[in-house]
Parts: sequence; C-alpha cells; structure tokens
Amino acid sequence: MRWESWSDFWFMGGYGLYVWGSMGMTALLLLVEMAQARLAHRRALALVRAEQSLENP
Amino acid sequence: MTMRWFYYAAPQTFYGLAGRLWPWLAALALALTLAGLWVGFALAPADAQQGEGYRIIFVHVPVSWMSMVIYLAMAFWSVLGLTFNTRLSGMMTRALAPTGAIFAFLSLWTGALWGKPMWGAWWVWDARLTSELILFFLYLGYIALTSAIDDVRRADRAGALIAIVGAINVPIIYFSVKWWNTLHQGASVSLTRSPSMAQLMLWGMLLMALAMWVYTLAIVCYRVRTLIIERERHTDWVQALPEVAGAKA
Repeated sequence: MRWESWSDFWFMGGYGLYVWGSMGMTALLLLVEMAQARLAHRRALALVRAEQSLENP
Repeated sequence: MTMRWFYYAAPQTFYGLAGRLWPWLAALALALTLAGLWVGFALAPADAQQGEGYRIIFVHVPVSWMSMVIYLAMAFWSVLGLTFNTRLSGMMTRALAPTGAIFAFLSLWTGALWGKPMWGAWWVWDARLTSELILFFLYLGYIALTSAIDDVRRADRAGALIAIVGAINVPIIYFSVKWWNTLHQGASVSLTRSPSMAQLMLWGMLLMALAMWVYTLAIVCYRVRTLIIERERHTDWVQALPEVAGAKA
C-alpha cells in the first residue's frame, strides 16, 4: 500500500480534485446509465402487459 | 456456420442469449474494475513527472478507447443492417449509442481535469481534443436523429448512415497525435513498440480498459433486450415471455 493514511489517499498528492473529479463523474454516469437501463426495461415490460390487458380484459 | 450466425441474429434467439450473458458479464466487469482500481490506486507508484495526478489515466484512457471502439461497432452493425436488412443490427446500433456518448463525454471530462493541472488549461483546440469533441457530437446526432423518426426501420437506416460516415472520424482521433503537432501526448501504448509506462501502471490501465470493455458488453446485452421487447411486443413469443406473463398472475 502506497498511502500513509486515508487523508493522504484522498489528498492524492494535491491532485485530489482532479483525480476524484474524474473517478466520481465516471462512477456517477455509469450508475445513472445502469439505473436508466433498468427503468427502461421495466417500462417496456409494463407496456406489453398494458396492451395485453387492453386486448383481453 | 453462416446459418448459425443468422440464427443468433434473430431477435427471439438473441433475447435469450443476451439474457443469459449479461449477469455474468456484469459480474466480470465489477471484478475487473475492483482489480484495476486496486492495481491503479494501491499498487502503482507515483509518476516521476506528474506525481499522483497521472492516476486519471486509469479512467481517461479506457473511456477514450471505448468511445472509439463503440463507434466502430455501431458502424459495423450499420453495415450489416444495410447489407442484410437484419432486424437485430439496428437494435444493436441503438443499444450501443448511449454508452458511447457517455464514454465520449467522460473522455472530454477526465481530459479537462487532467489538462488543467498539467497543461494549465481545461481545454485547448488541439486536434486530439477537437476530434474527440466531434465524436461526442456524432453520438448526440445519432441519438437525436433516430429518436426524431417515428418509423423505426427508417430511423435505423438514417442512423446507419451517420454511423458509417462518421466512422471516418475515429482514425482521425487515433492518429491525430501523429499527424499534427498536438499538446496532447502521443500514445503510451501501441502495437508497434513496447509501452512507455511502468509495468504496474500499464497493468492498472489494461485491467480498467478490459473492465470498461466487458461493462459495455453487459449493458448492451441488457439494453438490446429492452429494444427487442419494445419492437417485437406484438409477436406471440414476447407475449408468452415468463417475465411478461408472470406479473399478471
């Protein structure tokens, strides 16, 4: 392990803002993408069900 | 063999295949990400010139590579779609686009955060940066165009043209650091010479690149299933899917 403490780790040799700004935005966008994909999938399934119940009430 | 490819290119077959694949791919992507972050942040040494700031490379290079790879994949599926008129091609192209757009944006974002401390500027109109910005706009253009056309087959064909014509930009991005004098550094890893990086740095970067690659496969497998359901929802096989019928009972 190359870090003396957690604060040393977060400080990132003075580049904390840049390094964590990069990692954070990447993590955020990928999590949003996954959540959005899940929501879209549920909506698609709900659409099929809604059309089914319209046709065979 | 040819028959087999077309067999898997049928949306019904591919729906099942992608459904079995994506959980494994997602788990593998997570494992690779954790391994890559461990090597990149716990094992790799500080850089002689850039100190700890260089660690942005562990996300910047993978997302930049994938932003280009995904565009080429979209062009590939578009060629197949226009040539064989297979239904799956348009859906694959559309499933790839949002992930490509996100990676292109992240390439610009992480590049800005790297450029500021090292070059003193968030942005310069350098050939590498400008061509990557154009790639981001091409993704947005593809998404906007395909969602603006109601007829899905027409939308797919129009989108396929953007994907194919825009693919010319990818080699321009890749070779921009060779063809022009750019502020952006040249390739750290190339096929023709040994990498100009310390071993652990290289391993961290390659693990993260592999992680992003597998993540892309996972999310595309997942997203294409949504598109298949939406487009094939009037077919008997979609109507009979357990995930559709299950909730009704």
